[in-house]
Amino acid sequence: MITTSLASLAQATETEQVGNTALNISIFAGFVVLTLVFVIRASRTNKSTSQMYTAGSSFTGRQNGVAISGDYLSAASFLGIAGAIALTGYDGFLYSIGFLVAWVIALLLVAELLRNTGRFTMADVLSFRMQERPVRTAAAVSTLVVSFFYLLAQMAGAGGLVALLLNINDSFGQALVIAGVGALMIVYVLVGGMKGTTYVQIIKAILLIGAALLMTVWVLAQYGFNFSDLLGDGAAAGASLEPGKKYGLDGVTKIDFISLSIALVLGTAGLPHILMRFYTVPTAKEARKSVVWAIWLIGLFYLFTLTLGYGAAALVGPEKIAAAPGAANSAAPLLAYELGGTLLLGIVSAVAFATILAVVAGLTITASASFAHDIYASVIHRGNAPDGQEVKVARIAAIVIGIVAIFGGIAANGQNIAFLVALAFAVAASANLPTILYSLFWKRFNTRGCLWSIYGGLIITVGLIIFSPAVSGNETAMFPDQDWSWFPLANPGLVSIPASFLLGILGTITSKEHLEYKAAEMEVRALTGAGAEGKALDH
Amino acid sequence: MSNPTESDSASSAPTEREAAYIAVLASPEFQELKRKHRNWVLPATAAGLTFYFVYVFASTYAVDFMSQKVFGNINVGLIFGLLQFVATFAVTMAYVRYADRELDPRSAKIREEMEAEGLA
Repeated sequence: MITTSLASLAQATETEQVGNTALNISIFAGFVVLTLVFVIRASRTNKSTSQMYTAGSSFTGRQNGVAISGDYLSAASFLGIAGAIALTGYDGFLYSIGFLVAWVIALLLVAELLRNTGRFTMADVLSFRMQERPVRTAAAVSTLVVSFFYLLAQMAGAGGLVALLLNINDSFGQALVIAGVGALMIVYVLVGGMKGTTYVQIIKAILLIGAALLMTVWVLAQYGFNFSDLLGDGAAAGASLEPGKKYGLDGVTKIDFISLSIALVLGTAGLPHILMRFYTVPTAKEARKSVVWAIWLIGLFYLFTLTLGYGAAALVGPEKIAAAPGAANSAAPLLAYELGGTLLLGIVSAVAFATILAVVAGLTITASASFAHDIYASVIHRGNAPDGQEVKVARIAAIVIGIVAIFGGIAANGQNIAFLVALAFAVAASANLPTILYSLFWKRFNTRGCLWSIYGGLIITVGLIIFSPAVSGNETAMFPDQDWSWFPLANPGLVSIPASFLLGILGTITSKEHLEYKAAEMEVRALTGAGAEGKALDH
Repeated sequence: MSNPTESDSASSAPTEREAAYIAVLASPEFQELKRKHRNWVLPATAAGLTFYFVYVFASTYAVDFMSQKVFGNINVGLIFGLLQFVATFAVTMAYVRYADRELDPRSAKIREEMEAEGLA
C-alpha cells in the first residue's frame, strides 16, 4: 500500500509541482553521511560476537530506550497510522493503542528476565533448560520468518518512498532504489555491527519524533491550540470521531478487528529484533530503564500521530489524500507540504526514509545473529565454533539476508505493507510469545511443549493467512483473480494465538521431560541477575 | 523415567553448582522475592490487558456509548482511548517505583551472597 501510494504521490507531486527533488536528495544524503560517520566510528570495536550482536552490552538504558523507539516506530507506524486516522478517523487510532499497551507485557513480564537469562538471542532463553539443538533450531526458524516478513514490508515501502524522494516512477528505477537501500543497510550492519546500528536508530528516533512534534505543534497552532476544534474540522472533512467506520461494517469485520487487536498487543513482546535490544545494556535494571524510555517516547509519538491524522483530514482533506492514488500513506507527507511547503515535505520524506533504513538494519542484524549464533555455532558446531569464525558467518549471513531482502522487496513492491507487518506481528504473537512466557514463568515447560508451540504457532498462522481473504478472493487481495480462501478473517491471531498457547500446554504435559535442576538455576538467575552475561565483559 | 534425558532429578544427583542454585531457590529470601515479583507483575499485566480489551470491545460493540459527546467534539471513545495512554504510563511509573523499593534491594542481596560464595 505504501509503495503504490508513494509512487503515486511522487506522480501527484510531479504534476502538482510540489516537492523539490534536489532538496529531498540533499536532506536524505545529509542523514546518510551523518549516520555513516557514527557507523564508521563504531566499526573500530566491531570484532567479536558480543560486539557485533549486542555492542558489548555497553549502552545505557536511556540510549537503548531511544534506540528501541527507533527500532519500533517503523514507516507503518508513522505513515500508516497517520494515514489511517486521516481516512477513517477513530478506527486508525485503535492501532496505535494496541501498539502502545503491548509494552506493558514487555516491561512487566519479559525485558528484565530475558536480560538476566540470555546473552544474544531469543533462543538463549528458550533453550536454557531444554534440549538445546531442536529448541534453538525452532527459535531461529521463527526469528527468521518474523524478520523476513517485517523486512519485506519495510523494503517494499522503501522502494516507493525513495521513488518519491528521487522522483522515480518506473519499476526498474524503483528496483534499483530498493537494491541501493539494501546495499546501504548491509554496509551499516557489516561495518557498524550492533553499535553502529544502534546509533542509526537513535539518530532516526530523534529526527522522527522531532519532526512529528514540530508538525503537531504547527497543526495545533492553526487551531489556536484548541484540540476540539481540530477534531471538529477533521470530522467535518470525513475523519470520523466515532468508532466503526472501518471495522464496524458487519459481524465479520468486527471479529476481524478483535483478532487484529489481540495480535497487536501480544506481538510486540515476541518481536526478535525488539527482544535482542534488551541485550545491548549491561543489567536488568538498565533493561527496565530502556523500556520505560521507550514507552514514553512511543506513547508521545502516537499522541502526535492522532493530531497529525486529524490535521491531515482537516487541512489536506481525505478526498485529496485518497486521490493521491496510494491513498492513506501519503497523508503525513501531504500535510507536511500543506504546512511547511517544499522544505518540510523534504524533511518529512527524508525522515520517513531514515525510519525504514534504521528498522531494516535492526532486523538484519537480528536475523544474521540468530543464524550465526543459534544455527551455525550452537546447532552445527555444538558450541565449539571459534568466536572469529562465528562473526564471519554472521557477516556472510547479513549479506545473504540483505540480498534476499532486496529481491523480496522488489517482488513485494506494490504489495500491502500494512498486511505484511500485521502478519509479522501475528507470527511473533503466536510462535514466540507463548514459549517466552512459559519459559520464564512455568517450571514444568519442556522441549516438546516449546517445539509444538513454536512450529504449531508458525504453521497455523501462516496457513490461515494463505487461506484468508487478504491473499485471495477479493479485489484488494494479493491474488485478486484467484480464490482459494475459506478462512473468513484477514487476521489469524484470534485462532492462532490461543492455539499456540494450548499446544505449549499439550506438548508439555504429554512429555515426561523435566529438567528440574536447570529450571531451578534459570529461575534464580532470571530474578536475581546472578551470573548474567555481559555484566563483566572481560572476565 | 527410564530415559536419563527426560528428567535430571530422576537420573542423577545434582552437581555441586546445581545443588547451590536449588538451595538458593528454596531459601525464604528468594521465595519472598519471587512472591513479591509475581504478585505485582501478573495482576498488573492482567489489569492492563483487561482494560485494553474492554476498550477494544466497547469500540466494536458499544459504538453508541463510545460516540457520546462529553465536551466540545471530545467523545467517550476518545477519552477512553487517551485513558489507555494514561494507564500505560501509570503502570510504568508504578512498576519502576515498586521495583526500586521492593525488588531491586532483595535481588541485589541474594546476588551478592551468591557472588560471595563464588556462584555467580
